[in-house]
Amino acid sequence: MTPTTSRSAPAQSPNPQENLQENPQKPAPPDDAHTRAARTERIRTLQDSAYRIRRHALDMGEIQGQGYIGQALGVADILAVVYKDVLNYLPDNPEWPKRDRFLLSIGHYAIALYAALAEAGVLDTAELDTYGADGSRLPMSGMASYTPGMEISGGSLGHGLGIATGMALGLRHQGSRAHVYNLLSDGELDEGSTWEAALACAHHGLDNVTAIVDVNALQADGPTRGVLRTEPVTDKWAAFGWHTIRVDGNDIEALVSAFDELRAHRGSPAVLVCDTRIGRGVPLLETRERAHFMRVEPDEWQIARDELAQGHKARGRNPEPRGARAHAPAAPAGSTEAGRSPQSHPHRTGDDA
Amino acid sequence: MNAHAPAAQAPHRLTTSAMIASIAEDGQRTAKAPFGHALARLAEERQDIVGLSADLAKYTDMHVFREAHPERFFQMGMAEQVMLGAAAGLAEVGLVPFASTYSVFATRRAYDFLCLDIAEPGLNVNVVGALPGLTTGYGPSHQATEDLAILRGMPGLTIVDPADSVDIEQAVPALAAAPGPTYLRLLRGAVPTVLDEYDYRFELGRAAQLRGGRDVLFISTGLMTTRALAAARDLEADHIDVAVLHVPTIKPLDRETILREATKGRLVVTLENHTLVGGLAESVASCLAFAGAGTSSGAGTSSGAGTRIVPIGLPDEFLAAGALPTLHDRYGLSVKAIKARVRAEL
Repeated sequence: MTPTTSRSAPAQSPNPQENLQENPQKPAPPDDAHTRAARTERIRTLQDSAYRIRRHALDMGEIQGQGYIGQALGVADILAVVYKDVLNYLPDNPEWPKRDRFLLSIGHYAIALYAALAEAGVLDTAELDTYGADGSRLPMSGMASYTPGMEISGGSLGHGLGIATGMALGLRHQGSRAHVYNLLSDGELDEGSTWEAALACAHHGLDNVTAIVDVNALQADGPTRGVLRTEPVTDKWAAFGWHTIRVDGNDIEALVSAFDELRAHRGSPAVLVCDTRIGRGVPLLETRERAHFMRVEPDEWQIARDELAQGHKARGRNPEPRGARAHAPAAPAGSTEAGRSPQSHPHRTGDDA
Repeated sequence: MNAHAPAAQAPHRLTTSAMIASIAEDGQRTAKAPFGHALARLAEERQDIVGLSADLAKYTDMHVFREAHPERFFQMGMAEQVMLGAAAGLAEVGLVPFASTYSVFATRRAYDFLCLDIAEPGLNVNVVGALPGLTTGYGPSHQATEDLAILRGMPGLTIVDPADSVDIEQAVPALAAAPGPTYLRLLRGAVPTVLDEYDYRFELGRAAQLRGGRDVLFISTGLMTTRALAAARDLEADHIDVAVLHVPTIKPLDRETILREATKGRLVVTLENHTLVGGLAESVASCLAFAGAGTSSGAGTSSGAGTRIVPIGLPDEFLAAGALPTLHDRYGLSVKAIKARVRAEL
């Protein structure tokens, strides 16, 4: 599908120096058969990643016998694209100063992020078995002090975008080209602090910030439209001075196109509004009465795994067995473009050297 | 015009002054905007110092820093939650932020952000709160009478209540040098300069004895230390010998010094510009009680119930609006009120 976009007027910072951003516009790739084939393979690879993230999440959910499995399945496609196609990071060095930051303010989505961090090579897949156990580095609600690759402690909603604001201000002040991403939920749009941060990002012209809003239209007390109506979500962000794109957040091709467009965007913060479906990929859970905290019976986990595998197979894909590392090891900081890991931004390689 | 017209009474009635009235007394030496100047000076030496404010730079002396280092000042608007969140983000990438607003907003309004974004990760963010305690006549919306009570329970947060311009000037670099989060109760504008007359240096986490005395021990913090010194001097005329122990760091509390000084048989009086709930008085009381002070040695009293503490501070109520001198007299913070209290207790 084609992403829908609305351009907002670029915010100008009162300090002219702050507007000096390099604009490494990428030339449009030649639209030949080779490029199309490469893109198809790129999409398929990401679909495989999304499959494994879902599979990891189901396995972790089974260990706990419960969890935010619906959200994890819903957001898996976004995380696959972000961690395998967008973020610039070194899996073996989560503290690398030049890394892009990915801030999970929705702490209860931690199950999904752990799965993504395993897919990204930041965590060992075997460690996922410790999810929620005493002494584990993978607590039920995500916290930076526990988990490598977890940038902030989420959980109290409405915090992520404010921290992203400061990181982006600081990184720009330091001359870094690192980008700051914040994954937030549509429920989090209830929090006034989210909008304080939205104002601040636009006012300061922080085009190194991208908010990703997971619109699953569900929050703790029920459907968002009945709890506190947030639509029209895209119009609100646009009115706050953000460049907006809205896509089907379970359509990997649409997500890839959207992030490709965002790479070239300058002059204002950007938001990618993603409509997702709770339980996506597992019909048993997709059709269940929608619940913020989904109950899954002990005998249902295997059914869920089977349904997930069937759905993936129907796309003609044969997922790798659990535990296989899915990424190429990244090159160390300062390496050349050719030596970079596949998850590096082409236009960001070799920066800040 | 009849005899009850306001004009006829005007010379006798004080009025609420500007939002931030100077706490300096007549004839007292003062320094202008000591925080802003200290921060601007520190930023000359340290390139990692940055400043933020929530539409109150001018009212928190942050404007001095802003003018000296405009490229390192970030205006966050009247939005305290994102100001503290952004301060955390700046610290996450290696900068050392000072974020200023009024104490009421930093503590009541943005508590969750100070707690989870700054204190929980242990970031070096320095929150600067103006109008602590009773330093404005604008009423409860602006009077942070319980900020210490709110913040003392926050793990890892260093809390400093400076006495004067000397304290502030020395505290600023010390707070930046301390690795974790801090909260500074700001005195702004024309701030009294008093401690340079004493053999004193600000040391984070340390109480300092400013004068010795045989009869009474004042344990004071914040602006009440300057009042305590004035009261102690005046009480000499009554042949009352008063020691003053200044406690600029509320947390972590210098328990060792307090315990040593409070158990020498003198009347112990705590003085704070804060409600008696959850501030210095209760910090000292718990310090003594947890150490069992006075119960066996009988050092403080003969009752065996422990060292008695006379707490001078604000009542557990929402305070009135009005002129600061009127309010300080009414609520017992003035030098006159301190002296009267000591005489009554002896």
